[in-house]
Amino acid sequence: MEIPKSFLGYKRENGRAGTRNHVIILPVDDISNACAEAVANNIKGTIALPHSYGRLQFGADLELHFRTMIGTGCNPNVAAVIVIGIEPKWTKKIVDGIAKTGKPVEGFHIERTGDIGTTMKASKKAQEFVMWASEKQREECPLSDLWISVKCGESDTTSGLAANPTVGNLMDKLEPLGVHLCFGETSELTGAEQVCATRGATKEASEKFMKTWSSYNDFILKEATDDLSESQPTAGNIAGGLTTIEEKAFGNFQKIGNCKFIDVLEPAEEPTKGKGLYFMDTSSAAAECVTLQAAAGFNIHLFPTGQGNIVGNPIEPVVKLTANPLTVKGMGEHIDCDVSKILSREMNLSEAGDELIKTTLRVANGRLTCAEALGHREFVMTKLYRSA
Amino acid sequence: MATDIIIHDKKDNVGVVVVEKITPKQDCACWIMEDDSSTNIQSVDEIPLGHKIAMVELKEGDTILKYGHDIGKVVKSIKKGEHVHVHNVKTKKW
Repeated sequence: MEIPKSFLGYKRENGRAGTRNHVIILPVDDISNACAEAVANNIKGTIALPHSYGRLQFGADLELHFRTMIGTGCNPNVAAVIVIGIEPKWTKKIVDGIAKTGKPVEGFHIERTGDIGTTMKASKKAQEFVMWASEKQREECPLSDLWISVKCGESDTTSGLAANPTVGNLMDKLEPLGVHLCFGETSELTGAEQVCATRGATKEASEKFMKTWSSYNDFILKEATDDLSESQPTAGNIAGGLTTIEEKAFGNFQKIGNCKFIDVLEPAEEPTKGKGLYFMDTSSAAAECVTLQAAAGFNIHLFPTGQGNIVGNPIEPVVKLTANPLTVKGMGEHIDCDVSKILSREMNLSEAGDELIKTTLRVANGRLTCAEALGHREFVMTKLYRSA
Repeated sequence: MATDIIIHDKKDNVGVVVVEKITPKQDCACWIMEDDSSTNIQSVDEIPLGHKIAMVELKEGDTILKYGHDIGKVVKSIKKGEHVHVHNVKTKKW
């Protein structure tokens, strides 16, 4: 198949391109969710991103909170941002971070004004932003403007046999065309970590990966009370035939095809070394991982599933694929790309990779994903430890 | 003949059922992805889609190989053709 050289995206002020054109209402903290949701309810075409944290966090955990908030606002799938927090200082910090992209952003704090007054002021600005954004047109953008993140979920053995290798095949085909790629799931590489480390493009990247994996593994060993059965692998994984974390890890690892990773990113860290594949240190929980990847600037996500994970994200479209024919049959409304014919050998991996490229480009051009149509907007902050 | 079982790598001692299920004493057609070769096995247990079958006799302490790599240890001996899962295999990690 000849791969198209471009897609239709929204060009942003900082040179990036979006596959979506969202105006978001971003609460800085948990107690500002109500106000953010009130604004999104008032002004049609905006979306609120409620979450559970943002108060009394400190150190690396607070830095991650800010990085995730600012990164989400900076994502090129976002046209403009309203930031609402309880206090002015942290609200302003996030506004200033997002403003560096050049996109419209304005912050509001609730203290001394209350929810109703803040909702009114923020709604007026949100209306202005959404009407401005509604005039943005999709334009032809080079394929290299695609930043593709990947993560699998509710995996089973069909994931490792077919759906994950399909993503790997797409990576092998698109990496030479200059796209950015990102995989994560630190804990779910356990058992395959040595093999994964050999995929570092440089000695530094390999060493950084092993250091990151070891640190996560030490944390798991410290907190674990048993062998983690039903947590890793999950009960769904086990029902689907996966027996051990090692088996899950080797399946997971198929997603990167033959690519080598050029750097290891902190959670929600924007890649800065140019095109190519990056590894990000993330949890293996679907919504946490996708939220971090979106905050790092990735603008389209590929999500292979076995038993049928249904996750979505408010700003980054999540394209689902599966090779499990029972999942296609039972919950087809969640599946954007069916590659189950690989198992019956009516389709080979390269054909499946081509199908996934076609689906990815249709979604990049504006076709809604199943998760978008079904209203999945899981926005889940990663919290590193207890608040002060 | 349709493929009942797919094996990732020639070194693997387990295969994955890729049809809705296989039944006891079924003669199953296996395809080895790595070198596009074929083999056969007779099942002992009923095994559902996505679950593994032992391609050889396995005794306690043996290593399960899938993708050509170590994916865990046998904790209860397994006969050729039997179901391989959490009841007879455990992780070597965690």
